[in-house]
Amino acid sequence: MFPRPIQGLSPTAQRAYKIALPVMLILWLLPLLGVAMTSVRPTSDLAAGNYFGWPSALAFDNYLTVFKNTALDKYLLNSFKVTIPTVIGAVGLSCLTGFALAIYKFRANHLLFFMFVAGNFVPFQILMVPVRDLTVSLGLYNSISGLALFHIAFQTGFCTLFMRNFIKGLPFDLIEVARVEGVTEWQIFRHVVMPLMRPAIAALSVLVFTFIWNDYFWAMVLTTGADTQPITAGLNSLNGQWIAAWNLVSAGSILAALPPVLMFFAMQRHFIAGLTLGAVK
Amino acid sequence: MAPITEKHTAAPRKRRSRQSLAPWLFLAPGFAMFLVYVIVPVFQSMWVSFFEWDGLSPKIWIGLGNYIELFDDEAFYTSLKNNVIWLALYMLAVPAGLMIALFLNQTVRGIRIYKSLFFFPFVISQVVVGLIFSWFYAPDFGLFYKLIEWVTGSQVAILADEHLVTYGIIVAGLWPQIAYCMILYLTGLNAVAPDQIEAARLDGAKGMKMLWYVVLPQLRPATFIALVVTVIGALRSFDLVSIMTSGGPYGSSRVLSYYMYEQALSEYGYRMGYGAAIAVVLFAIMMIFISGFIWKMWRDEQGAR
Repeated sequence: MFPRPIQGLSPTAQRAYKIALPVMLILWLLPLLGVAMTSVRPTSDLAAGNYFGWPSALAFDNYLTVFKNTALDKYLLNSFKVTIPTVIGAVGLSCLTGFALAIYKFRANHLLFFMFVAGNFVPFQILMVPVRDLTVSLGLYNSISGLALFHIAFQTGFCTLFMRNFIKGLPFDLIEVARVEGVTEWQIFRHVVMPLMRPAIAALSVLVFTFIWNDYFWAMVLTTGADTQPITAGLNSLNGQWIAAWNLVSAGSILAALPPVLMFFAMQRHFIAGLTLGAVK
Repeated sequence: MAPITEKHTAAPRKRRSRQSLAPWLFLAPGFAMFLVYVIVPVFQSMWVSFFEWDGLSPKIWIGLGNYIELFDDEAFYTSLKNNVIWLALYMLAVPAGLMIALFLNQTVRGIRIYKSLFFFPFVISQVVVGLIFSWFYAPDFGLFYKLIEWVTGSQVAILADEHLVTYGIIVAGLWPQIAYCMILYLTGLNAVAPDQIEAARLDGAKGMKMLWYVVLPQLRPATFIALVVTVIGALRSFDLVSIMTSGGPYGSSRVLSYYMYEQALSEYGYRMGYGAAIAVVLFAIMMIFISGFIWKMWRDEQGAR
């Protein structure tokens, strides 16, 4: 193990390490702690100039106020409406594409695979004008489905890379045996490979959930207004409206950050496995 | 006997034809979506970049006009310069991530919670990160502002200072990026062969020497991924610039991705052709890196066979 396990060091060094851990953590998360604290700061504190000191009282009603006075509930709901279909769509499609690229040998295999990989790294700006046009001409501009449809398509790139590498790691004998038994290709996919893909599906779902929940650019390009915009774009307009009400903006930020954070904690192992497996095998 | 042999010869052929069609059926839906929304638009953008177009009225062909205009565009060079600064400073995320990973790579009580809490910034939206940091930098009451005032005695409003603003935004961007690199290295450290470390220890290697000659070579896959995601992240930077400064003051914090958006789709203009030209330049820069990555992946792929 590297570095040398702390248990082998002197008791003083061990104690120093145990003190350093929480100190480093607090420094590291200071920006976040600041926001969390401000989100429960009463407005009177801000008026009195108490921005970073201890709050004079805990004003949890900031969270209620931000719901009451803004369209935050709509924005949050929109985020779910965009994110959930995208996760299902992109993961579903990439199960199929990943299977095809991992199992079959055909001439364009590598070309297609690298096309998915490269497309996934492309800057969003080169897609912006045509994708916006396409969405307008489909009559889907400023609609949840227009945004979700693009996300499904784009995420399919990353998801295909991920699924293909995962399936490539499965024992190929299983498929050979099934073929000799005369099982159809679809049944092989459905009954042999799919059950083994569960961990990959879980990992990919949390990752895609986080990516899409946190998307801001496409929300700005393809939607306007509280009826369709997700929370990221909503927060931006909230920030414009409530420029001085930092406690309310903070409460909104915490709410916006919560779903991916909860998701991460619930499925931590999958999330991290996904990040490292997804990037390169 | 005859039917059996017939079955034996017919079945493989049928299977083979089934197998040549099957991949395309599996690929069709995903490939079609990807083609329509990603591959074709790349070329459409290149095409649009040869036109003067406001997005509504008919397109006017101007050939290389947009690119010629870019040559004399002060704002374009500012954006380009900022992109280079982003790229260079973002690289700090890789060693910084490694350092934190080394710090956390212990087996003490509760270390798993620490590891996941350190990863937190990556899970949060850049919009939230941007808001948090602009609040930290805010004049008069921001924590950084006060800290700088306390240390140096002078007042610096980072986001309003055209020489500092880009650095201020990059610091905000580094926070989640370091977390990302950290988790890649933590996973990599898990896979480092303990016997090699022990052998090197017996040979008297330790500290920096051990890290450089024994550990880092084994971490090469993690380093590769960390570099890829950091380069792409630096060149894609948009959210933070948009949230924290909208490219200001006086356009001094623009990057290509933001400048493109500003030209093509904001109150400053609907110059789709010009925006597309900027996007093509950004795409060309990114393609240098992307082809490098793909080239390496392709080589690994050949080696795996």
